[in-house]
Amino acid sequence: MTDRSAAAAGADAGGKLLERLLDGEPAALAKAITVIENAGARAAQVLAGIQSRLGHALVVGVTGPPGAGKSTLVSALVGELRRRGKSLGILAVDPSSPLSGGAILGDRIRMAEHACDPEVFVRSLASRGHVGGLSSAAARVVDLMDAAGKDVVIVETVGAGQSDVEVAQLADVTVVVCAPGLGDEIQAIKAGILEIADVLVVNKADLPNAERTVAQLEGMLSLRDPGTATVPVIATTATEGHGVAELSDAVEGRAETLGGSARAGKRLERIRQDIADSAAELLRRQLNDSDDDGLRALCRSVQRGELDPEGAARRYLADYMGNKA
Amino acid sequence: MTDTAKRTSRPPRVLVTKIGLDGHDRGSRIVAAYLRDAGMEVIYTAPWQKIEAVVKLAVEEDVDVIGVSSLATDHLLLPDLMAALGAAGLGHVRVVAGGIIPDGDEAELLRAGVNRVFHPGSPREDIVATVSHLAAQARATCANG
Repeated sequence: MTDRSAAAAGADAGGKLLERLLDGEPAALAKAITVIENAGARAAQVLAGIQSRLGHALVVGVTGPPGAGKSTLVSALVGELRRRGKSLGILAVDPSSPLSGGAILGDRIRMAEHACDPEVFVRSLASRGHVGGLSSAAARVVDLMDAAGKDVVIVETVGAGQSDVEVAQLADVTVVVCAPGLGDEIQAIKAGILEIADVLVVNKADLPNAERTVAQLEGMLSLRDPGTATVPVIATTATEGHGVAELSDAVEGRAETLGGSARAGKRLERIRQDIADSAAELLRRQLNDSDDDGLRALCRSVQRGELDPEGAARRYLADYMGNKA
Repeated sequence: MTDTAKRTSRPPRVLVTKIGLDGHDRGSRIVAAYLRDAGMEVIYTAPWQKIEAVVKLAVEEDVDVIGVSSLATDHLLLPDLMAALGAAGLGHVRVVAGGIIPDGDEAELLRAGVNRVFHPGSPREDIVATVSHLAAQARATCANG
């Protein structure tokens, strides 16, 4: 096959995949996710093709420390939203091993209840070295699920620590899940993921001290700037379904308050962030591959103490942009 | 093979599961850990899966290989699984079985399309190399098809 006909065949296959994806065919959605996750040849075409179909899905982020019950809560939330007639896409991220690159993706274990429901599409992603609680493909996978016609897309992060706040940029509504009896844990998340919550959940509310944890969180929230939006604190027992209807109400209520324009604005902000990330990556690659005399001279200036690295970067950018302009 | 799995930007995706009514999952957990340590992305489920659920999962997760552990005759469900995978357009997905599987049944499973049967005492290297090889095959078939 010649290069040109191979490219044409690739474009054709990409077009078919796109068409089937927009029809909501599960196998096409699955394949498109693989293409995007691995930055395959058809990725650009698929991403461009879905842009006009985005914005239907409500994107809900679910985060919290390991063992708080995120997967179980997501499963219960899915059950409730199904009863309300919604179709769902679920993106569950688990960590990749820093040693082997492998991963055990086990979030589906808690979602057995929906194992045969055609209106529930679950995809597990490994973080593949990405820090921040998601995988680098997560935002695009959410877009694919949106384009495939899902009413609600739920993004479950890896068990998150203090600074894993990335999900809030991606989600319309961010749910932070805690568990009682983890006094130190509450302290630990105070400064970090607590601040990104639109809805706070104290899961495992059947355990002792649950009321105290709720009270602690409400106490902390009362200290915030009165101008910030009210954050409800909801006690749930996901295994029994307790509090899950209330959580669904809170999520849907928050989405309504937010409105379509705020969600569109957030999307635009995310695209800007995407472009910034891509530009930084392109520049990094260009500098690493560069054999430029000017760059070498800048390195020596830094070595001699005449410039600091940021100053050198500014000078390089000024020269480079100047030459290109 | 292990090194290959580590190096490719796209690790093999393998489903490790149990179908039927038997809940002895120690073996499947050990194999899941082997594959993870060889650089593969392993989707792990609880035992007692329905065939319908396994097929749906294989579609959604776009897996290359399915490993089914059987210690109490559940391997006799494998021909049904193979037929269901074929009907769902997943003919490229490779399937291996492991556990207590009588020699007399092995030939029948292979005839039904199962790619390999692992017996007790199978070395880790053999399992990892076979799964890695089958994952590469599955992808080649899928890309051509």
